[in-house]
Amino acid sequence: MKLKDILSPFSVWKKAAQKPWTIIDPINDRPGAENYRGFHRNDFEKCIGCGSCEEICQNAAIDMVPVEGQETKEGNSGLRPRIDYGRCCWCALCVDVCPTGSLTMSNEYTWIADEPEEYRFVPGAAKTKWHDEEKGYKRSQDIQLIDYDRVDMFELSPQERDKSFIEIVKGYNKEQAMKEAERCLECGICIATCPAHMDIPGYIAAIRDDDIENAFRILYETNPLPEICGRICTHKCETVCALHNNGESIAIRWLKRYIADQIPPEKYKEVLGTEHLEDPILNKKVAIIGAGPAGISAAYYLAIMGYKVKIYEALPDSGGMARYGIPEYRLPYDQIDMDYDYIKSLGVEIQFNTKVGEDISLEQLHSDYDAVFTGTGLHLGRSTRISGSDNERVYFATDLLREVSLGNEIDVAENIVVIGGGNVAMDITRTLTRLQNQKFGKVQVLTTSLESEDIMPADREEVVEAREEKAIIDPGWGPKKIEIENGKIKGLHVVKCTSVFDEEGRFNPKFDENQKKFFEADMIVESIGQGMDLSYLSEEIKSGLKFGSRGRIQVNENFQSDLKWLFIGGDIIEGPDVIHGIANGHIAAKAIDTFLKK
Amino acid sequence: MTNISKSKYKDYKADRLKYPEMENGKPIIDLESHKFTKIWQGPQHPGVTGNMSLEVIINGDEVVNSKTHVGYLHRGFEKLMERRKYIQCFPIVCRMCVPEPDTNEYCVSAAMEDLAGIVIPEKAEWLRTLNLEMSRLGSFLMWIGGQASSLGMGAIGQWTIGMRDFWLDLFEEMTGGRVYHMYMIPGGVRKDLPAGFKEKAKDLIIKTRNLLFDIEKSFFNNAIVKSRLIGLGIISPEMVDEYGIVGPNARASGREYDVRINNPYVKYAELNIKMITSTIGDAYARAELRYQEIHQSLDLISQILDKIPDNGEIQAKLPNVLHWKIPAGQTYVKAESTRGEHGFYMVSDGSEYPRRVFLRGASYTHAISVLEKLIVNVSISDIAALMVSLQTCPPEIER
Ligand code: SF4
Ligand code: SF4
Repeated sequence: MKLKDILSPFSVWKKAAQKPWTIIDPINDRPGAENYRGFHRNDFEKCIGCGSCEEICQNAAIDMVPVEGQETKEGNSGLRPRIDYGRCCWCALCVDVCPTGSLTMSNEYTWIADEPEEYRFVPGAAKTKWHDEEKGYKRSQDIQLIDYDRVDMFELSPQERDKSFIEIVKGYNKEQAMKEAERCLECGICIATCPAHMDIPGYIAAIRDDDIENAFRILYETNPLPEICGRICTHKCETVCALHNNGESIAIRWLKRYIADQIPPEKYKEVLGTEHLEDPILNKKVAIIGAGPAGISAAYYLAIMGYKVKIYEALPDSGGMARYGIPEYRLPYDQIDMDYDYIKSLGVEIQFNTKVGEDISLEQLHSDYDAVFTGTGLHLGRSTRISGSDNERVYFATDLLREVSLGNEIDVAENIVVIGGGNVAMDITRTLTRLQNQKFGKVQVLTTSLESEDIMPADREEVVEAREEKAIIDPGWGPKKIEIENGKIKGLHVVKCTSVFDEEGRFNPKFDENQKKFFEADMIVESIGQGMDLSYLSEEIKSGLKFGSRGRIQVNENFQSDLKWLFIGGDIIEGPDVIHGIANGHIAAKAIDTFLKK
Repeated sequence: MTNISKSKYKDYKADRLKYPEMENGKPIIDLESHKFTKIWQGPQHPGVTGNMSLEVIINGDEVVNSKTHVGYLHRGFEKLMERRKYIQCFPIVCRMCVPEPDTNEYCVSAAMEDLAGIVIPEKAEWLRTLNLEMSRLGSFLMWIGGQASSLGMGAIGQWTIGMRDFWLDLFEEMTGGRVYHMYMIPGGVRKDLPAGFKEKAKDLIIKTRNLLFDIEKSFFNNAIVKSRLIGLGIISPEMVDEYGIVGPNARASGREYDVRINNPYVKYAELNIKMITSTIGDAYARAELRYQEIHQSLDLISQILDKIPDNGEIQAKLPNVLHWKIPAGQTYVKAESTRGEHGFYMVSDGSEYPRRVFLRGASYTHAISVLEKLIVNVSISDIAALMVSLQTCPPEIER
């Protein structure tokens, strides 16, 4: 035993003179670190109630609950996460996964309450002392647990597409579709927003599992026009997709198209289990006016329920506005046929070139059939009614688009101005650029709208692509007067539009008369909205109906009018767009079934 | 290093004539004979390293037989993970070892990355190395306090636990958590280093070294410590293979094996690191070896701090973790914890959930078979010191 080993340990005594390390008042003297994972905070303004936090929590500490003051609205479930601190392990996985970044953690780590129940709390609902604390754990932009970038889709370049009407968007291949489908959070916020309430996460999950047949069946549960919708749906679902809060929303529309594109038409019946759908099993008949999306949707669901259905269509082909209002480069006609041919194969009869009100009366249909559904759409153009708008070289967009679809030649001018900022305005703009390119080898189309660029109702990609095709889009101007000289159009006078809607959100445009412009043109197209043609309703029938604001017929939630046998849907009731029509048709079909079984 | 010839146990021969009688190499212990007493050390006992217990049979003061009992801390983490998505595993695995959770985090993430074919960014590798080495340091600091306390020197435990807390402060800044860091996730790490971190860490390295010198003086140059630890729990080189002993326990018996050196992972290959071994194999040698490894850890941490690149990504792009499927396969990933080789075996069946996750930790062997062997003939007052000298971790045994 060495002496050193006996003496050396006594050196510990020097510690007696040292300052202790203990922090006397840790709560005040030592706050949690900048990045500390303490109690949760939730910014209710940002939170959309998607429930991804609930889904990811491996301790099942989170429940989504209704909270006072939070309403369910579009893109927001109105639910908020409630965290059970008896279960939470402060891993912050919920924070990392939150697509809106609303959920964060503070650096606060002490909390004393009398009631254990208080520890099941909804962050953000009541003001806690850490709610406004800056410090604490937040989702880092350096890490991504969710893929916020959309899989690009192959599109024709402007040079490849600006002279022809071939389809621009080429569709996903399997690998792309599966990758895109993988991005879905399955929050289902989209389902509530989709007018047809399609089971979007369901069919996306089926894509992920590569079970396309199941995906296809899911589509048909609520939407019998997947080829059409997969291309031109207004995709309200995508505007509310939780991912758009931190990146790009899922390409829901294109995934739908991917599903529909995978199933060859000859397999439709087999996949959807309608092979044995015999002749109508019920001895009731339904007449449908208009072979547009609303009419065909009602026809489809009635047919699979076993009704005999016949559609009367004024135009020579099916599709309604989908065919006669939407250019072929967006929606090729053979794709429309694919959806329609299947429905026709189920025994739905369509009689073309038959205008109800002229060739056959509605009263006649009423007496021949047990119920009637009408979805006649908005085929009439609306005029700005400014001076000069009665000139023969001023057209409605809807009329021109219909002529093009019918295969009739239109007299394109060299210099055209389009008035309007919606999707129809873009459709006609881009149709005219193609026709000008074919005729003159150059483009001179200018499109102007009341709405400024940021609030133009047209889809963003439509505006971008129109510009790529060399159309000039100059938004934010109100049309004042069309300059006419010797019966010929010289151009359009516009003044600056400073605001379109008033405080209450009503349409009430304000102008600054001092800012003016003159757009030269020798042809003008108006695309400021569409109207309905209800001339097929006789006075007697009209007297049995109720009309609401702007001349819309009033129907109940089942699209049944006051005349119990008459159901009405589609653009003349809601929309205008394809998916509302489909949804209306579906609901009406169910209501007709109930009505006829009474 | 100490000299085995000075051990008090050197010429020790158990008096097998008196107790216990052997039959076919097994002791016959008849409690009714009143020659033996059965006592329980643990599960609640300050001298036990966590919640496990020893059923000890003694004769006088000396242990004649002992059985290790576990089951007080079983949480079924391996099974739980079979019901968790891949991304949900990291908050679970850290709980497999309280003083040193990060090795688990690393292994489980690395296993997933291996199966999914993910390569993590350079900077994330460095941050992981830092995190792992800091975690080894934290665990050693806890151990040395335990070793001293097991001999009745409570003060050293207070110093090292205090110092460990300063390191936990750094962990808190780096990861957002003190004990369970939940820092490494598949694909990389969750946060970059906060501003001023490197400077703080370097200051703390100096502070820690100063403390280590105090410990050297009071603990290692201490006649009582030496008389109690030298010769206690000798692991022979043959036992290392026989029992599958790893880590400092094996290195103190001459086995040159350290996963960081023999199978370098993260950035260990780019660090200057030397194998530390001893040939003596008793508790004192193990303590000295660990003491040197604490210095080694401090040295590695400062090397790492100098080498972490300032810029760069910290995470590889993951697919949406809610639906993350890993291709079917199996892998074994290992790392060097303070207790030795720590490995995770993971099987994936191609679904969103791991099919099987299995932890091969050092503590199972060390706390059960090895301890049961070494404890025979040890005085009851030395049991705690022996256990701590094996640095066993019940939460890891049971997980
Ligand atoms: S993940 Fe975020 S946005 Fe979604 S419910 Fe939870 S806190 Fe709200
Ligand atoms: S911090 Fe982790 S355990 Fe706590 S609620 Fe969030 S995900 Fe669940």
